[in-house]
Amino acid sequence: MSAQDAKERAHDARVYQVGLVLALVLSAVPFGAVALGLLPASGLLWMIAICAIVQILVHFRCFLHIDLSSNHRHDLQLILFSVCIVILMAGGTLWVIGNQRAMMM
Amino acid sequence: MLSQNIRFAVFGNLSFSALPFYSVIATIAASMVVLGAIACIVVITRAKAWTYLWKEWFTSVDHKRVGIMYVIVALIMLLRAAIEAILMRVHQATAFQQQGILPPEHFAQLFTTHGTIMIFFMAMPFLIGLFNLIMPLQIGARDVSFPVMNSVSLGMTIGGSVLMMISLVLGKFSTGGWSGYPPYTELAFSNDMGVDYWIWALTLSSLSTTMTGINFAATIYKKRCEGMTLMAMPLFTWTCLCTSILMIFAMPAITLATALLALDRYADMHFFTNGMGGNMMNYINMFWLFGHPEVYILVLPAFGVFSETIATFSGKTLYGYTSLIYATMVIAVLSFTVWLHHFFTMGQDANVNAIFGIATMLIGIPTGVKIYDWLLTMFRGEIRLTVPMLYAIGFMILFTIGGCAGIVLANPGVDYQVHNTLFLVAHFHNVIIPGTLFGMLSGYHYWFPKAFGFRLSETWGRRACLCWIAGFVLAFFPLYALGLLGMPRRTAEYFDPAYRPWTLIAAVGALIIAAALACLVIQLVVSIRDRAQQAVPIGDPWDGRTLEWSIAAPPPEYNFAVLPTVHGRDAFLDAKHDGSAYRAPEHYEDIVLPKNAAIGPVICVAGGAAGFALTWHIWWLAIVGVATMFAALIVRSFNRDTERVIPAAEVRETEEAWLRLAHSLPPRDRNAELSIENEGLATVAAE
Amino acid sequence: MSGQVKQHPGLNLHREDAETRDQTEEVLFGFWVFLMSDLVLFSLLFATYGTMLHSMAGGPGPKQLFDIRNAGIETVALLLSTFSFGQASLAMKYDDAPGRVQTWLLVTLGLGLVFLGYEIYDFVDMIGKGGPPSRSGYLSSFFALVGTHGLHVTCGCVWIIVMIAQVRMFGLDTLVKTRLLRLGLFWHFLDVMWVGIFSVVYLQGLVG
Repeated sequence: MSAQDAKERAHDARVYQVGLVLALVLSAVPFGAVALGLLPASGLLWMIAICAIVQILVHFRCFLHIDLSSNHRHDLQLILFSVCIVILMAGGTLWVIGNQRAMMM
Repeated sequence: MLSQNIRFAVFGNLSFSALPFYSVIATIAASMVVLGAIACIVVITRAKAWTYLWKEWFTSVDHKRVGIMYVIVALIMLLRAAIEAILMRVHQATAFQQQGILPPEHFAQLFTTHGTIMIFFMAMPFLIGLFNLIMPLQIGARDVSFPVMNSVSLGMTIGGSVLMMISLVLGKFSTGGWSGYPPYTELAFSNDMGVDYWIWALTLSSLSTTMTGINFAATIYKKRCEGMTLMAMPLFTWTCLCTSILMIFAMPAITLATALLALDRYADMHFFTNGMGGNMMNYINMFWLFGHPEVYILVLPAFGVFSETIATFSGKTLYGYTSLIYATMVIAVLSFTVWLHHFFTMGQDANVNAIFGIATMLIGIPTGVKIYDWLLTMFRGEIRLTVPMLYAIGFMILFTIGGCAGIVLANPGVDYQVHNTLFLVAHFHNVIIPGTLFGMLSGYHYWFPKAFGFRLSETWGRRACLCWIAGFVLAFFPLYALGLLGMPRRTAEYFDPAYRPWTLIAAVGALIIAAALACLVIQLVVSIRDRAQQAVPIGDPWDGRTLEWSIAAPPPEYNFAVLPTVHGRDAFLDAKHDGSAYRAPEHYEDIVLPKNAAIGPVICVAGGAAGFALTWHIWWLAIVGVATMFAALIVRSFNRDTERVIPAAEVRETEEAWLRLAHSLPPRDRNAELSIENEGLATVAAE
Repeated sequence: MSGQVKQHPGLNLHREDAETRDQTEEVLFGFWVFLMSDLVLFSLLFATYGTMLHSMAGGPGPKQLFDIRNAGIETVALLLSTFSFGQASLAMKYDDAPGRVQTWLLVTLGLGLVFLGYEIYDFVDMIGKGGPPSRSGYLSSFFALVGTHGLHVTCGCVWIIVMIAQVRMFGLDTLVKTRLLRLGLFWHFLDVMWVGIFSVVYLQGLVG
């Protein structure tokens, strides 16, 4: 292996290591907080949501290797469009069905 | 007891009582299916064509052949579902204060199969078939991105279609309508095999369509020839892209909705049941999360076809190319924001209804843009009123009326009045028949010579087109009146004499549509008989503008001897003008193509068998079917011998023979395109 | 970083000829499209779960049924498996060592099986506590969502076994490499879905 390759390999390996550590921490924090009941319910829910979103971003960056560089434009556009559609579909479902529930209660 | 257990283990719920003797018409239909199948088998066997069909068609992964097979499936299913429609119209015409020609139960099956087939096994295979046939040619590619997956998709669609046909012979189909709303379709109210047939046929179709969407999107993104930027793609390919995106994101919703309904029925779960916490409104919500984008899956391809035919037969560049593309994209995205207008009356508050009503009306804007663009394309064009163009003109007038009815229905207040009446039936047939069906028939007529090398009979085509338009108007405009009079859709028997005249007129319209179908069949027979006079071997019978016309008809299996380079829109027209058309390439190269694959037919049989087995609770067969599908995938992945090479010499021979012919024939003027002189070589006219 | 164009890890794409690179990108793009279609499926399962939160029908709820310890173990197993798959990708990209790739794939498979084992154990436990899927709409939606993820992991495990066999039979040629690349995307994607599940289902359920 050339020195260049070795350097790249070390870099790539570090990305996975950083990803794993971040993922474990971002999982351990909400799990621990819920298990120990560290915050009031609403605070816990916010924390779970934020940790989950950050962790998903970490997964995309470190494991799925999606970043803002130009040769990933297609993949990135696809993912962002999908997220929009998912927000419309899943969010719309929760809104519509929740609204019906409220009207019937 | 023991023998009963054994019988259940082997045959599930299947028994002789499954044979359709509950209605004369059902018995006749079943006999026709059985006799038709036997006749096909006999004819193929006597012609000793099984080997040929297996090698050249069933296992073919060539996008053109896959596309043709899709269209054949669509035409067969069109015949069945249209006959059902005619039966229903005649039934309603005779169902005044008495039982019509059908028992109510059978009538309910018919409106379910008619809707299910027309959407999932007629319209979608038709448009997917045309895309398969033409889209790779339009972008200058050798094939789609995943040719074997393409064949698997076809296999699953055929599996679902066969399941639909079997349901005519064994047992009954669902009576829950094409949308299958629970709780009616739950076990508590539909405790037989009908809904299960519907679930598994739909599942096969939805999975197949998802794969097709993925395939086409990857193809258009990654396989365009040099110079073919996104903004240089023909409109038909653009609508293919937008349709694929809709398929990718909308089909999972129907896959999931039917899967959860299946879990309710098979595993005693409670997603949509009446009690135990089920919420049937979530089914309706998910069904239309799919169902509304589906409407645009159906109609965008037709917009694509008309954009091609109107430009070609007006002899003009498409007016407002960019605006047409943006309109298509806007429609595709907006289609995800309007699904609630299918259930305005379900009990959400008025503000929610208002938001979705406004979003619905917004779709009228990009659609209007398109209509104006097409009109302006025709404006001052040299219009030739060929069959595809006649369909296009019929479409523009009738579709606009249907679209206006849609704007009316988008008002929640109006919708409350006409909800679930025939007004709705009139509206959606008014957009789907002139939209999707006319579009598909226009494309069928337009690209048939490309696929087979000879033109369809113009005379019979005109008769079919005229009958379609007249029959449609007579069959469906009365339904607007009936809806306003308050007649509910799917009515098996009625007592209000005010309905009577309108149902009679509609039945007459249905009979004219029957004549249209007959014309289509005759057209095909006559054209095949006269194929020598109608031949267009050079491949450009209509003075086409896009790349698919630049090659022979039928095209060689490798499509392009050398992948083309283009410099803008209307690439082939430009080539004809600057003289670079019909030129031999500087040198020929070996061409690598994928080998035929048996996995498509295997998955067709295994998937169809699994669906049939699940319907009848034949558990061993279900397990075998599903296991076979997975095993086929795994075995296929170990196959390393998947490519074959067409040597450069062979390519040269084919191409040079075609070019010699092209140079020896006299070009024909556009005005002679309907005469037997048309051999597929057009005069280059000044723009 | 070097000045080279960054590529998907796992293939030394800059050493391949342009045609192979284009083909690989096409295949990967197609797979991404599939994943996004799958994402819609999951998101609707999540939404269904959300609409069913109050549909207990008098049956047991999350607090009576969930065991945070099981969910935690499953999470750690899956996160470690994603990391070990990453090691397999590195071994494929830089070392060209089929043996090492197979070893890491085996580790990933083992962790995947641990995950599945605990999930099944958890399901059995829940059913034992009076919470089978037929008990209420809420439980139906729980089992559908978590079960669908479990089925995906099962398919992933079968795929890993197939790929171990293919690495053994064919070595690390381009076809095997692109398949491993897709398997990697699939496996990491399932991890993302699991993050959603443990947050939305388990943790939210135990709080709310």
